[in-house]
Amino acid sequence: MRKKLILAAAGIAALMSGTAMAQDPLKIGMITTLSGPAGYLGQDIRDGMLLAIEMEGGKLGGVPVELVVEDDGLKPGNGRQIAEKFMGDEGMKLLTGIVFSNVAGATVPDIVNNDAIYISPNAGPSNLAGAECNKNYFVVSWQNDALHEAAGAAAKKLGFKKAFVLAPNYQAGKDAINGFKRTFGGEIIGEVYTQLDQTDFASEMAQIRAADPEVVFQFHPGGLGIAFLKQYAQAGLTGQIPMVLSEPSTDAVVLNAVGDGAIGIFATAHWNRDFENDANLEFVQAWDKKYGRPITYYASQGYDTAKLIASALAKTGGVDDLDKFREAVRAADFKSVRGDFKFGKNQHPVHDWYLLDIVAGADGKPTAVTKDKLLEDYGDAYADQCKM
Amino acid sequence: MRNRILALLLICVLIALPTITRELGEASLLALATRILIYGMAAASLNFILGYGGMVSFGHAAFFGIGAYVVGILATHHASGEPLFGIIPGTDQMLVTLPLAVLVAGAFAAAIGALSLRTGGVQFIMITLAFAQMLFFLFVSLKAYGGEDGIIISRTNALPGLNMRDKATFYYVVLAIAVLFFFGLRRLTQSSFGTVISGIRQNERRMAALGIPAYRYKLYAFILSGMGAGLAGALMANFLRFASPDMMHWTKSGELMIMVILGGVGTLFGPFLGAGAFLILETFLAEWSENWPFALGLILLVVVLGTRGGLQALIDRVTALVRGGAK
Amino acid sequence: MILVLEQILNGLQYGVMLFLLAAGLTLIFGIMGVINLAHGSLYMVGAYAGTYVAAETGSFWLGLPAALAAAAVTGLAIEALVIRRLYNRDHLDQVLATFALILMFNQIIVMLFGRSPVFTLLPAAFDGSVEILPGLFYPPYRLLIIGAGLLVAVGLYFLINRTRIGMLVRAGSTNRDMVRALGVDIRLLYTVVFGLGALLAGLAGYMAGPILAVQVGMGEQILLATFVVVVIGGVGSIRGAFVAGIALGVIDTCLRAFLPGLLRNVMPASEADALGVGISSMGIYLLMALVLLIRPKGLFAAGS
Repeated sequence: MRKKLILAAAGIAALMSGTAMAQDPLKIGMITTLSGPAGYLGQDIRDGMLLAIEMEGGKLGGVPVELVVEDDGLKPGNGRQIAEKFMGDEGMKLLTGIVFSNVAGATVPDIVNNDAIYISPNAGPSNLAGAECNKNYFVVSWQNDALHEAAGAAAKKLGFKKAFVLAPNYQAGKDAINGFKRTFGGEIIGEVYTQLDQTDFASEMAQIRAADPEVVFQFHPGGLGIAFLKQYAQAGLTGQIPMVLSEPSTDAVVLNAVGDGAIGIFATAHWNRDFENDANLEFVQAWDKKYGRPITYYASQGYDTAKLIASALAKTGGVDDLDKFREAVRAADFKSVRGDFKFGKNQHPVHDWYLLDIVAGADGKPTAVTKDKLLEDYGDAYADQCKM
Repeated sequence: MRNRILALLLICVLIALPTITRELGEASLLALATRILIYGMAAASLNFILGYGGMVSFGHAAFFGIGAYVVGILATHHASGEPLFGIIPGTDQMLVTLPLAVLVAGAFAAAIGALSLRTGGVQFIMITLAFAQMLFFLFVSLKAYGGEDGIIISRTNALPGLNMRDKATFYYVVLAIAVLFFFGLRRLTQSSFGTVISGIRQNERRMAALGIPAYRYKLYAFILSGMGAGLAGALMANFLRFASPDMMHWTKSGELMIMVILGGVGTLFGPFLGAGAFLILETFLAEWSENWPFALGLILLVVVLGTRGGLQALIDRVTALVRGGAK
Repeated sequence: MILVLEQILNGLQYGVMLFLLAAGLTLIFGIMGVINLAHGSLYMVGAYAGTYVAAETGSFWLGLPAALAAAAVTGLAIEALVIRRLYNRDHLDQVLATFALILMFNQIIVMLFGRSPVFTLLPAAFDGSVEILPGLFYPPYRLLIIGAGLLVAVGLYFLINRTRIGMLVRAGSTNRDMVRALGVDIRLLYTVVFGLGALLAGLAGYMAGPILAVQVGMGEQILLATFVVVVIGGVGSIRGAFVAGIALGVIDTCLRAFLPGLLRNVMPASEADALGVGISSMGIYLLMALVLLIRPKGLFAAGS
């Protein structure tokens, strides 16, 4: 009884001091993966967002914000639990941060059906991009398949006709190879599915050498990709058979861990450190000053997500009117560090993809250098299925 | 008598929980409680063979995952309208999906158990793990059902007359099932069947000498345990509205085992305690620091080194001490 | 033919890695009766410590003693602080305690070295690949691993069969209680065995560095395969760990390399690929299930 009284009193006090309430920072919930081998992905996305907030003095679009971060441990159930807490207990209306598609699959539908906005800084799984698209769901990064479609386009543009493709034997791996094939158009002379937890690729190296393709495309996330590139170099294949990679295989952390073995690879990306637009120059400079470690594209996506939120908050001043806020996000009225950016019909990005060369930088370490534009205003294969 | 009062009190608290959490403004605790009940059932199922029967299954998440996939696959076919294998129509009725999940999990448990129970000891641990991993790889490569990304279930299974979208309603459904499950399990362990299972753990040869076919009894226990895990998995798929292969990954089997050991092996209520302690620690430590796995590890280590027999034993000892002091 | 030979070499190299890890695990298991899930953490500690020293000094070879020392010291510390209290306890308590250690070690590595995988040096003399037979190019670093693994195997053979410690180890893995009853300082023996196991894990971890990714959680990736080797070989048997490790390495590699191709001769390509990958990724588990159904105690079970 007493408790209720106090609650009621607090409620009245809150009503009367409406102006004081507005001063409280807007809470943005971030569900992300910080533990385990993939922890650096979540860490970079978070740090990218924090950087943007800090550069505006704790505000986004003039509105004071507080980023509440929690680790999902790469467990879908935990992601769901955190979302529930953010929305139910803390009344948050704006969530972001999920790194992996399987966590997104368990968490995002619950968020968007609960009248909250979810803005993805990384995962863009196909099962949320097509018929299941939602007005409350935005993706700033990319649709998963587009990553590999860019690699296929690169292989085509570079004039390769015969490709050998490899990916782990799971859905994302198969999507990667299908994405590559969709834009490549040449002949696939070898298609190998590796085991999900396989770390030794010597047997695949021998198969590649025996098949003697013009180009190799492979998609192995995180540590597996690092192992693959090291072993490719040790097998003496780097330099003999060119390799085209999609973005996740060549982030700055991977390049750093692989070392010399990465030099000479063709990479594809929607963002690279050396982009010369003003937004990116400012971002790179601020990042180097604050963190001093290699910038990954994950960080750029976190930063872009924060900037997108800032552009919407600048128009609406808050998220109390969800319809207005949603409209403002959809307008995408911000300067992305990747250059041109707009949302497609399914609220996934429409942007450009680039071809990068991996060369030895000034310090001898491998560095990605932008070479060419591959695809212009490129959306994704699922937008047409979205009825919105 | 004392226990009965405690149990009554606990049930009252559990019934009042949705109201309590709402008043406290911590509605997400209800979701946590739902998860604890579901994992508690899975852990208690494992404990039935592990604690009572002495069969250490390191692949129990397989049955949990199968239960979840039965719900997921039926929901997929219900949404698309195409029958499974061309004959079995999909459905979103919980009265159909839950029993079916239990039966399918039981069928898998029968096959896996029949082979695994030819071994014992460490070999049994590893062979159950092997079968679970094979199923994990199978579901990872099932493109039609999302593969690694899993199945998104668009809505919770329906129960006639209830609004299952309401979180409190769903919690009460889970609570009712958990209470029935708990009392069923209690009867089972006290039945002659349960006594035989415990007897086999203590001395298989003696039971055989008494003319009891140990293998067959162990297999029955294994199947029942698999069915329990399947039930929990089906409820979890309904709760998350999602089913994915990582529900049957070996780390999930390990987690179930950790819950059992943490709570107290071979105790009736221990697995629920263990599931509660593990999930609560995980949730609140993650909120507190990003280095939470270290703290979780430290706490688990202290518990295992400091208590013999898990939390249940600790509580028993404390209550005995209090009672002794009161005398 | 060349391809087959190369794949067998690959399998041998993978098998040797598995053996280095399994040798320690099987001794700890067989002699001390302890299920040590944290064995993979020792592998990770070796990899990180060695890589760190190698990066600081610029020399791969200086990293090696650092890796061995770090893993051994960590192993001895775990033994003294945690494992020693668990000898007379249920296997399940050991599982929980060593699982807790995994969580702690992974997070300690994150706190010390950050979350990103780290770069590992390859000794310059072993970079690239050489032609060991006409038409067969092979990375010399992998030959180094095979050589080191075989050397360790020979060393362990002499240690186990020709020394007093080895005698105790053999006796311990056959009948633990009898050794204790004979008045042998069993505690010292346990410490030695655990330290040795940790040392081998550290060696494996450091040698894997240049081939794989040195990252948090790398130990758990290989832990399962190691347990499979231990169980197939027979708990407590070094010989079993060697035979099972090599066999598993070669079979696993050859299945992956040749099964899809073979199946393609009898069925359409896409189905052959799917089936081939499916069978080969389940390969080691299928193999284990088969072995255990025929020989429930493994191939070379001690004391049988």
